[in-house]
Amino acid sequence: MNENSWPYPLEYDKEETISCEVLVLGGGIAGCMAAIAAARDGKEVVLVEKGATKMSGAGGSGCDHWESAATNPCSKVTPEELTQSMMDDNDGYNNGISHYIECREGWDCMLDIEKMGGKIRDTGDEFKGAEFRDDDSKLMFAYDYENRFTLRIWGSTFKPAMYKELKRLGVKIYDRIMVTSLLTAKNGDEIQCIGATGMHTRTGKFFVFKSKSSIMCMSRPARIWLFSAELPGLAEFRPTQCIGDGHAMGWRAGAEFTMMEKSVGAEFSAAGRSYPPYGAGNNHNTWYAASMIDATGKEIPYADRDGNILKTVSERFKPAKGQKYFMKGGNIDDANYEIDGPETLSLDKFEHGTYKIPLYADLSTLPEAERKVIWGMMIGEEGKTKVPIYQNYTRAGFDPEKHVLQCYGTGWRSGQFLPQERQLFGLPGGFMNDWQLQSNIKGLFVAGDALYASNCYGHAAATGYYAGRHAAKYAADAEMKEPSISQIENEKKRIFAPLKNNPAKSIGWKELNMGIAKTMQNYCGDVKHDELLDIGLTVLKEYEEDILSQTFAYNPHELTRLLEVFDILTNAQIILLASKARKNNSKSLCFTKAGSADEKTSEKKLIILKNEEGEIKQRELPVDFFGDLQENYEKHNTDYLKTNSHVE
Amino acid sequence: MSNKLRALKAEMPAANPIIIDDEKCIACNKCVEICQVDLFVPGAEKGESPLVLYPGECWYCGNCVVVCPVEGAITLRHPLMNQARWVAKSDLLKKNK
Repeated sequence: MNENSWPYPLEYDKEETISCEVLVLGGGIAGCMAAIAAARDGKEVVLVEKGATKMSGAGGSGCDHWESAATNPCSKVTPEELTQSMMDDNDGYNNGISHYIECREGWDCMLDIEKMGGKIRDTGDEFKGAEFRDDDSKLMFAYDYENRFTLRIWGSTFKPAMYKELKRLGVKIYDRIMVTSLLTAKNGDEIQCIGATGMHTRTGKFFVFKSKSSIMCMSRPARIWLFSAELPGLAEFRPTQCIGDGHAMGWRAGAEFTMMEKSVGAEFSAAGRSYPPYGAGNNHNTWYAASMIDATGKEIPYADRDGNILKTVSERFKPAKGQKYFMKGGNIDDANYEIDGPETLSLDKFEHGTYKIPLYADLSTLPEAERKVIWGMMIGEEGKTKVPIYQNYTRAGFDPEKHVLQCYGTGWRSGQFLPQERQLFGLPGGFMNDWQLQSNIKGLFVAGDALYASNCYGHAAATGYYAGRHAAKYAADAEMKEPSISQIENEKKRIFAPLKNNPAKSIGWKELNMGIAKTMQNYCGDVKHDELLDIGLTVLKEYEEDILSQTFAYNPHELTRLLEVFDILTNAQIILLASKARKNNSKSLCFTKAGSADEKTSEKKLIILKNEEGEIKQRELPVDFFGDLQENYEKHNTDYLKTNSHVE
Repeated sequence: MSNKLRALKAEMPAANPIIIDDEKCIACNKCVEICQVDLFVPGAEKGESPLVLYPGECWYCGNCVVVCPVEGAITLRHPLMNQARWVAKSDLLKKNK
């Protein structure tokens, strides 16, 4: 399609300036909750979203369970216990502040979303009497049925409900705008965030947003190692447009990042080796605790953490003898003994020839309620299972009472990857935060997947609401500042430069992304070598200096994709720098460096990096730098504790 | 570019994720407006079905099908390589005998 037939007006030369008190960058779960909180505080709020807020973000199309709602009325664990377990499970490499907020306020968020119109209870009594249901409250639980802190939810109803609430509160929503940079001002040694720039993804129009405070609510980096030029949308677990723009613009503006050296062996890439999430045989997450059978129909037994074989399905949802609670069934993340849940015997424990491959997930022998809650409710409400899995498989004749679904890898991985194929998953790195969820850039608050060691829906919602409150409070005392003209002009030059090139000679976004992915596979694989990391940095620097000026985009849509890959290039560089900065091996960070020793307990430190006008600055903090969780939380949230709820 | 040359440039994509039934589509463009990746563009003329301009970028979330007001006007289809296999359990047990 050439310029003449592009269906939207081309407005690269137009500009609009918008002012507000609180600016929300990214309208996913965290962004919506942040905007709602700030608007309820009486602030004038603008929300900017690259897609369409009604169903945008990693959880926009749904979510089937909400973890760590420790304060729900049926829970038998405390937020303190649960956060401590999350910290211990990762040898301290976890975000104590943000996960404590998740545990402490997740249930408040859920009640709030219910008031907005989201469905969190089995109001139709479809599962009345089921073991996982509390018949008084009609709440339904997953994993540990005795301790009841993870809830099964109808997440496809959530985002549209939040959208309605945003409208009701008068939040100004700007959809189809890619945020391209943070606007900053210097105040002595301090950097302040005073707004952001953006580009309309259909018209190319340039936007300047001015604000007193801003909240970064974008997703985590993706497509660093994994890319497919044919099927880029399937290259990663999260949506195509969620590639970590926020990390890149934060880095360029001088924000601090930590744990960026952490990456895991790839688990999800349906453009390559794995199958659509939850669409092949497995027994984790949404599919917990499906029975697993071998090619002759023989069941693989479940065992508790001590290896005791579990005889009934019911036992798969109970803690082991002497165990207070378990976090998730299955040891997918190599859970510590303390919180390790039931799991089928692993393949390496199989006596030779006892079981025949392939394995299958079998719902047919589960109690009816368990079968129906997996196939129907959870497969249906999870992110992208309603249409491509539940509806399409059903239409093609899949009957969970008769059919068994084939496995292609072990557990939920549904595919076998190469060691150099990596992903940011399972509590990856991100923005460093304090107890206000503020970054080192004053007035820039952070929520959801942009935070370091983030994951899951409940975490996004709770940290979003929390950051929204604190950003609103900050805005109340802050002054609006005029952004510098040179900052704006430089940004325009950067983002529109590719339009001037000759397509016949230029490099497109896919070629650039492929180049970055291969560089990262070559020089930043499963085992890090300092010499290779250096070469990787040299190659990416060359891309930055020589290649970016040779890129081209046909229209605003392609330019958006290209600017995303510019951000991917920045994110890949942060990962290389962070990998260089860490000297020793760390199991919890899935980090191995050639010729290095395993870190000692005394060496467990967060390495924090920032880019200060081109110079890399590094500092370290103990992993538990945030102090006593309950005490500090209460100190920083006296107002919230007075009302102790979201809605007046 | 002449039509002849245009045909020469045509290439089947690696996947056809979104199949629009022109007979059923009412050209309301709800799919265009909900798509987070923005891979559709509206039809060139009023009343024309949207065009799937960037099929490779599809994330397969199914939002376009969810918001479509006409049952069956949009079908979401995973590429062949991602169509998982299932079998009747009774067949496995039969083989075992």
